[in-house]
Amino acid sequence: MLKFILKRLGLALLVALTVSFISFTLLFLSGDPAASLAGESATDQDVAAIRELYGFDRPMLVQYSSWLMDALRGDFGESYYFKLPVASLLAERLQVTMLLGLCGISFALLTAVPLGVLAAIRPNSIIDRFALFLSVAGQALPSFWFGLILIVAFSIKLQWLPASGTATWKHFIMPTVVLGYYAMPAIMRLTRGGMLEVLSSDYIRTARAKGASEGRVMFKHALRNAIIPVVSLAAVQMGFMLGGSIVVESIFALHGAGYLAWESISRNDLPTVQALILVFSMFYIVFTFLADVLNAWLDPRMRTG
Amino acid sequence: MTMTNLDQTVDPLLQEIVGPTPGQRLRGRVFGHMGLLIGVGVLGVLLFIAIFAPLLAPHDPYAQALMSRMKPPVFLGGTWEHPLGTDHLGRDYLSRLIYGARVSLMIGVIAATISGVIGTAMGVAAGYFGGRVDTVVTFLINVRLAMPVVLVALAVVAVMGGSLQVVIVVLGLLLWDRFAVVMRASTLQVRRRDYVTAARAIGASTPRIIWSEIMPNIANNLIVVVTLEMAHAILLEAVLSFLGLGVQPPTPSWGLMVSEGKNMMLFEPWLVMIPGAVLFVLVLAINLMGDGLRDVTAPEDRS
Repeated sequence: MLKFILKRLGLALLVALTVSFISFTLLFLSGDPAASLAGESATDQDVAAIRELYGFDRPMLVQYSSWLMDALRGDFGESYYFKLPVASLLAERLQVTMLLGLCGISFALLTAVPLGVLAAIRPNSIIDRFALFLSVAGQALPSFWFGLILIVAFSIKLQWLPASGTATWKHFIMPTVVLGYYAMPAIMRLTRGGMLEVLSSDYIRTARAKGASEGRVMFKHALRNAIIPVVSLAAVQMGFMLGGSIVVESIFALHGAGYLAWESISRNDLPTVQALILVFSMFYIVFTFLADVLNAWLDPRMRTG
Repeated sequence: MTMTNLDQTVDPLLQEIVGPTPGQRLRGRVFGHMGLLIGVGVLGVLLFIAIFAPLLAPHDPYAQALMSRMKPPVFLGGTWEHPLGTDHLGRDYLSRLIYGARVSLMIGVIAATISGVIGTAMGVAAGYFGGRVDTVVTFLINVRLAMPVVLVALAVVAVMGGSLQVVIVVLGLLLWDRFAVVMRASTLQVRRRDYVTAARAIGASTPRIIWSEIMPNIANNLIVVVTLEMAHAILLEAVLSFLGLGVQPPTPSWGLMVSEGKNMMLFEPWLVMIPGAVLFVLVLAINLMGDGLRDVTAPEDRS
């Protein structure tokens, strides 16, 4: 087990390092940051001065390693636009995004798992067909459009919910639904598939044969086994969700990390963009790492991988 | 002597010989699959519209008419002059939607082709050669999955300048992960089959084995992933354009139309509803087609 964790941890670190290098290179290769920072009316001397001030005149690998060393100490430099340390900016904005992500994944699990279980108990029933329809339609629904529909319906027409901001829990209802629905189809399909497989297994037949009640069979015996892969999928989806928060936060004007990403990309705020790409991918790496360890702990057969 | 009913007297063995050919059975499954038929039908119509856009569009999608701005669609009290109304610059909404189909389909097809070539090459190489090649490819897939697609695409498109070409290439270079994963797994499944061993035994070269023994047998999975990634690319382009960092105005992109309509949403919600609905229908059709193709071509999952 320890060997598996160490091996998996090494891989995670290597992936994180590569991601940070690629994201740094992508933004480095894409033009002269000094020129865009200096603005339209800058002279060549201005550009050269900025280039020297920010150290853009050094070789790329030198810039990367100094950036990485600082980043490891939690220093992501200063935001060009906000004139604040990127680290404190991130710490502040990530709170909203984390809260939103937790709400989103909880919503997805609380709706998709029961639906998947019901669909599996009665295959080809109306519930099963409804669940299938939801999962096919859900995958095709553009999240930004879905968000705007909700605003039109619940904020403009019915006036039940506020359209933007973070003041009360009511502000989080629509963002939660829009962020969460995207993870639902995959979770539901996996729950349904897992339940169908487990329900046809020998130990379920044994449980039924010894006279266990149907509710006990379903929850104590079937769901507990079917839910294992769902846990790791949920962790992966949580990582994806933080990326999806860019769209949701810009629609509902939530000032989280996703909104910060959009702001800093539009304003060419390179240190912030680089830090955000790194932080978002770190979240994904950490979540998948935890999911793999959890899976290996629950299912010893996975430990060989 | 009475006439015997031929259908009843054919013995099972003969039935197997004169029965439906595999091609006929495939056709039977295709025409019995509702989702597949709907998906292909809708996609066909949209493809037709995209190809013949200049003939079908009632107006020039770029022509502004500031005197006739925000005319409502015909079902909200508008006139047939502009069946779906006009936008904030007086451009005919229907014509922009029709040209928008070109943008979406072009992005879907080209981006999926680019990522398909990259991902298939990586996946097949990893599955076929195994060992170090497999280790490297698996690592690259892990790296790619850890990169937040929307964020990276937004950032790169923003610094390269948003144009149709840039968006297509960036999406093409980002969306190869599922191709690599699926093609690797499919190749692993078939590479130990007898026909591959037989081809090797008669001295076929590696490229020949991959091209004429492996590829035809994993092509069904490839087609399914192509449809999924087409839908993915189309949705991502719409997201980028919606956020104002994808295809730039005045290009008629559906995501951009939703974004432009957003400011007038309070009074004219149809400006947002119509392009979003068309986008939803297109992606739904592609997904239905992909799910359907998987059902009718996967022999083991057939019920």
